[in-house]
Amino acid sequence: MSDGEILRVERLSMRFGGIRALHDVSLGVKCHSITALIGPNGAGKTTLFNCLTGFYRASGGRILFEARGRSTDVLQVLGGPFRAGDFLSPRRFASRLWYKLFGGTHLVNRAGLARTFQNIRLFREMSVLENLLVAQHLWVERGLLAGILNTRGFRRAEEQALEHAFYWLEAVDLVDCANRLAGELSYGQQRRLEIARAMCTRPQLLCLDEPAAGLNPAETAALSRIIRTLRDAHEVTVLLIEHDMGLVMGISDHILVLDHGELIAEGPPAAIRHDPKVIAAYLGADEEELA
Amino acid sequence: MAEPSLDIRQPLLDSLLAGLIALVVFGPIVGVVLDGYSFHLESSRVAWIVGAVMLGRFLLSLFLHSAGGRGWLQRLEGGGAGVQVLPPEHRSHLRWLLPLVLLAAVVFPFFAGKYLLTVVILGLIYVLLGLGLNIVVGLAGLLDLGYVAFYAIGAYGLALGYEYLGLGFWSVLPLAALMAALAGALLGFPVLRMHGDYLAIVTLGFGEIIRLVLNNWLSFTGGPNGMSVPAPTFLGLEFGRRARDGGVPFHEFFGIAYNPNLKFLFIYVVLLLTVLLVLYVKGRLVRMPIGRAWEALREDEIACRAMGLNHVLVKLSAFMLGASTAGLAGVFFASYQGFVNPTSFTFFESALILAIVVLGGMGSTLGVVLAAFMLTVAPELLRSFADYRVLLFGMLMVLMMIWRPRGLIRISRRGFARRPGVAP
Ligand SMILES: Nc1ncnc2c1ncn2[C@@H]1O[C@H](COP(=O)(O)OP(=O)(O)OP(=O)(O)O)[C@@H](O)[C@H]1O
Ligand SMILES: [Mg+2]
Repeated sequence: MSDGEILRVERLSMRFGGIRALHDVSLGVKCHSITALIGPNGAGKTTLFNCLTGFYRASGGRILFEARGRSTDVLQVLGGPFRAGDFLSPRRFASRLWYKLFGGTHLVNRAGLARTFQNIRLFREMSVLENLLVAQHLWVERGLLAGILNTRGFRRAEEQALEHAFYWLEAVDLVDCANRLAGELSYGQQRRLEIARAMCTRPQLLCLDEPAAGLNPAETAALSRIIRTLRDAHEVTVLLIEHDMGLVMGISDHILVLDHGELIAEGPPAAIRHDPKVIAAYLGADEEELA
Repeated sequence: MAEPSLDIRQPLLDSLLAGLIALVVFGPIVGVVLDGYSFHLESSRVAWIVGAVMLGRFLLSLFLHSAGGRGWLQRLEGGGAGVQVLPPEHRSHLRWLLPLVLLAAVVFPFFAGKYLLTVVILGLIYVLLGLGLNIVVGLAGLLDLGYVAFYAIGAYGLALGYEYLGLGFWSVLPLAALMAALAGALLGFPVLRMHGDYLAIVTLGFGEIIRLVLNNWLSFTGGPNGMSVPAPTFLGLEFGRRARDGGVPFHEFFGIAYNPNLKFLFIYVVLLLTVLLVLYVKGRLVRMPIGRAWEALREDEIACRAMGLNHVLVKLSAFMLGASTAGLAGVFFASYQGFVNPTSFTFFESALILAIVVLGGMGSTLGVVLAAFMLTVAPELLRSFADYRVLLFGMLMVLMMIWRPRGLIRISRRGFARRPGVAP
């Protein structure tokens, strides 16, 4: 992995039966940058996110993620199938077996990568605050005995989690909704709550899947301010999928363009704006015309 | 409606329609009386009935059209609508009720006869079962149709432990909880990766397998003949009139008169303490990270995984805790009956416990306690309706699903007072 990169994807491919959703995608994401992933509908953007965050097991390639002082191989922690080499070395066999039993998507999050979903996935019948408390599961006192006896350590941990939750509620301007059901919030509020919830897992890389979909212009402006603060004040790296070109061009440092499962262009906003391949992809031009 | 005054036309129409239907239904049944080979008409009886129906329907629609009635209707329909978050400073009215209920539970055995005592013990056993299943179904959202298997493990744990290892009530009580939890883990680990329907079928199968093993392993479990269970003891003192092996029975040791109910009194006391303990633990669990994780898992498993929760372990913990509660209930059931056989652990029992959870309102503790007593104590007291028990039960379920699909008690969530947000 070249220096300064938090995420490195090499020759990633993903197929669903006969559909080739991703093909030989290689990309890198720089630390503390805002990187946008754009492309026409059905280009494979969400599929790429699902591979990165461990919801799909990629059919081929490699995803390396470097955060919290260690490097994580996403495909390994998902517990891939046994290979012939595993049966020769007991250590590799044990590690494979361990990840098969206890590995999974959650380990990707624990490595420091959080995400939001294109179709919002909140815990709808829990209160807004409880949504944020669930996200802090790994940072509170989880001992059964401590909780049942309500020890001082348990109460202190809960109090800290609450304060942290309120901090993020303030950051996304939802303090007044703290004690409402998450499912009752308006669409824009739900989107912001999802970002706050992802941030409560204390990630170093935040993946946002179409955060501005369905927002009005004022809300979109507020969102781009929030994303900037995330990067500047909290030192997270942001990777976002977005169709709103105004937002993308305004905030991103680097843009990746995906079409038909292949990376067709990447570069700073100014270069992407005038890239003929990108324009063709969005306007639906034939390959012959381009050549 | 433009004017706020009562509109009389609609109620009149309603009542006319109801009268017509009543005429069609009751006319032939009540009005035509067979008399040997001929018949005569009893028009006055029909008139009375139809009149009563029309008047009733008229008054009902008048009430429902008035402002008060509309409000009442709205409350009835809106009440089951869902979940509410309580304000942070909210104090439940129930905190006044709780000491009263406790007092009633303490003085109750002094006035109750043996029959009433046994009925209430049965009710409390089902409270325990309902609370356990409530963790699995109500909180974690895992449909478990074989819950009775863990109950059977507890009950047979006592019977078999006495038969082969000479264990008594007190040593089996914690062991049964452990064993049931272990069985839950063994069943759960491979199957909890499955979703809703598959899990329901696998657990259903597990329940039946346990029952069939108990039924058919004649040499070990006594098969359909069942096994006898030792009476519980208190610090080694027995509750019978005479103690075995020349020991001193409880009443002689304390110098009180012999009371044949002593065994049930003892079970009642221990059971009540256990139920209170489980209630307390349940109350704590929903405020703990593990309880929140269960509910989050019920709401959205994918989001849970994206939050770094290991969904299999979270499900497993719910499954194990639920199972261990059933194990406890099984031990009480076995010592209360003094005898166990496989017929106590059929699928109907699982369905009954599930009905308690659904009726009480998924996830609501108070609802489960009320529903457990409703569904177990009421049929005992209405013995004359025993034949219709399942029918009544089915009707109750249908009515519930129509009027209160979310259960008797509306679920409320805890509110939190505002904290100053501190930077991480
Ligand atoms: N689980 C799946 N099974 C089969 N095919 C899938 C699956 N998920 C995605 N696909 C296919 O992969 C392709 C890429 O889909 P994807 O959702 O990644 O597009 P996208 O770039 O996110 O589009 P949009 O901008 O509309 O969100 C589509 O052709 C889709 O049909
Ligand atoms: Mg998408």
